Amino acid sequence: MKLINHTSVVKHMKPRLVINILFKSLFFAATLFGLLVLGILLYRIFTQGIAYLDMQFLQSLPSRKPEQAGIKTALVGTIWLMAVVAPISLSLGVGTAIYLEEYAKKNRFTSFIQVNISNLAGVPSIVFGLLGLTVFVRALSLGTSVLAAGLTMSLLVLPIIIVASQEAIRSVPKELREASFGMGATKWQTIVHVVLPAAIPGILTGGILALSRAIGETAPLVVLGLPLFLAFLPKSVFDMFTVLPMQIYNWTGRPQAEFQSLAAAGIIVLLVMLIIMNSIAVLIRNKYQKRF
Amino acid sequence: MKSFKFLALSAMIGAVLAFTSACGSKEETTNSGSQTEGNNTEQANEEGKQLQGEINIDGSSTVFPIMEAVAEEFNTEQPGVKVSVATSGTGGGFKAFIAGTTDMSNASRPIKDEEKAQLEEKGIEYTELKLANDGLSVVVSKDNTWVDYLTVDELKKMWLEDGTVKKWSDIREGWPEEEIKFYSPGTDSGTFDYFDEVILEEQPLVEKATLSEDDNILVQGVSGDKNAIGYFGYAYYAENKDKLKVVPIDAGNGPVEPTNETVESGEYAPLSRPLFTYVKNDSVKKEEVYEFVKFTIENAAQLAEDVGYVKLKDEEYTEALETLEGLK
Repeated sequence: MKLINHTSVVKHMKPRLVINILFKSLFFAATLFGLLVLGILLYRIFTQGIAYLDMQFLQSLPSRKPEQAGIKTALVGTIWLMAVVAPISLSLGVGTAIYLEEYAKKNRFTSFIQVNISNLAGVPSIVFGLLGLTVFVRALSLGTSVLAAGLTMSLLVLPIIIVASQEAIRSVPKELREASFGMGATKWQTIVHVVLPAAIPGILTGGILALSRAIGETAPLVVLGLPLFLAFLPKSVFDMFTVLPMQIYNWTGRPQAEFQSLAAAGIIVLLVMLIIMNSIAVLIRNKYQKRF
Repeated sequence: MKSFKFLALSAMIGAVLAFTSACGSKEETTNSGSQTEGNNTEQANEEGKQLQGEINIDGSSTVFPIMEAVAEEFNTEQPGVKVSVATSGTGGGFKAFIAGTTDMSNASRPIKDEEKAQLEEKGIEYTELKLANDGLSVVVSKDNTWVDYLTVDELKKMWLEDGTVKKWSDIREGWPEEEIKFYSPGTDSGTFDYFDEVILEEQPLVEKATLSEDDNILVQGVSGDKNAIGYFGYAYYAENKDKLKVVPIDAGNGPVEPTNETVESGEYAPLSRPLFTYVKNDSVKKEEVYEFVKFTIENAAQLAEDVGYVKLKDEEYTEALETLEGLK
């Protein structure tokens, strides 16, 4: 007795192969679509902006004359902002995640916090801008300083970091924790020496995504009333500053075509900064990934 | 454990690097002032005296290009004075002005009564200074062959929301029976406010209008559709003359097209709008602010034209200088 009806198999083979190929090409097309759009975007920005991109562009102040204009204040301001946002948001975010995952009891209060954090991640950034304006700029009278903007941005990206860090901590195998406890380690020792090192790749991925968002946000900073033109650089976190996305946004709104090319050049600088940040994260992640 | 320390260390080194790079480029500030020698302006009084201090300016993004240009030129003369110009919009600027955090507030419309009242309440005295004019330009596409001019009444009939579908044929006999597509700056902009006030007497604008805060989007929208009509600042028309047709406006004395001359003389009415800056009187008592405001008035004509606006008549600047002297 034949186990397989060969005629039936042959009959069904062709449509199955067709379906296989169909879906393969469908998904390939989906991938290609994203790449194509990215390609067009990059091509446009680079052809438009590359001519304006030189050392003079990086070292000059904004100007009404496109050929003399530069992004020095915006570039330095963005670096300052990152230097404030990164430590604040990472320490607060990872701290919250550790508490929620390792210490907090699973009760109503915890799940209430949990739901709110997830909701906060979806709140429009302009709302955080208004919050920052009332709390940091006005009530604490920090003015439009690096610190006020940095705190606002930290609040904005905090939910992303918390959720990503929680996810990373949760995915550390239970056996590792138990083994650590079994060896007589305390909870704190287990967290510092076992859980965190294992969770670092995931935490960093979330952290970098969050910082990338902070570096590109314009709306909350416009609401804070950050200046656009500055003839000086900040010397401390209490000084005024401006950032790249605001400068880019201003240039795209100008009537003269040259300013739109300048905006493209600014976008290239912003992209390069993002790529550098991302590659640092990828490097660190690869270093830790092969541990378990 | 070791690797965790390595991570902490590398994070710290990263942070330090970021800070030092920020500090490193800081040293250049003082040099760059003298390096980038702009075309210096004629006035050379108090050449040797270097002022110190801070001047905070906020307000309309329409006025921003003029203030940016002024601050840029002022910086080459007085690098010690820290000028900052923000763009919270006319209304947002006045809020900061009322809160007392700014020395000057740029505005693309005159100050409103409620803003005046709030300033009075806080005891803040201010002076209004006109910087330049902007001719709001009503534009249609190059493919639009029928519109030769529009009267103010026709404009009003066109842009007013009355519940009907607007067709070109409704506006004037003989024009095609096709629906008009409207493009307008967003409701937050001073441009919208001004148009609404002058043409529509503050009644609502057609609901079907496409609104955008970015005037370049309006340029694209109008240039691509022969049934479209839009309005925005003169500079946006001037930069896109090849794609757009400007509509002369008839306010009773025959159709007038916006040009530098007609806007400056006041002939292009009622869509010529003045651009202002409001100065806090207390601030002018400080020497650096006084010098900055003086510099602004003396150079506004040239710099406003540089960035695409229309200068005022010379006597208006002279008057403004006299007002300023009275404040010192």
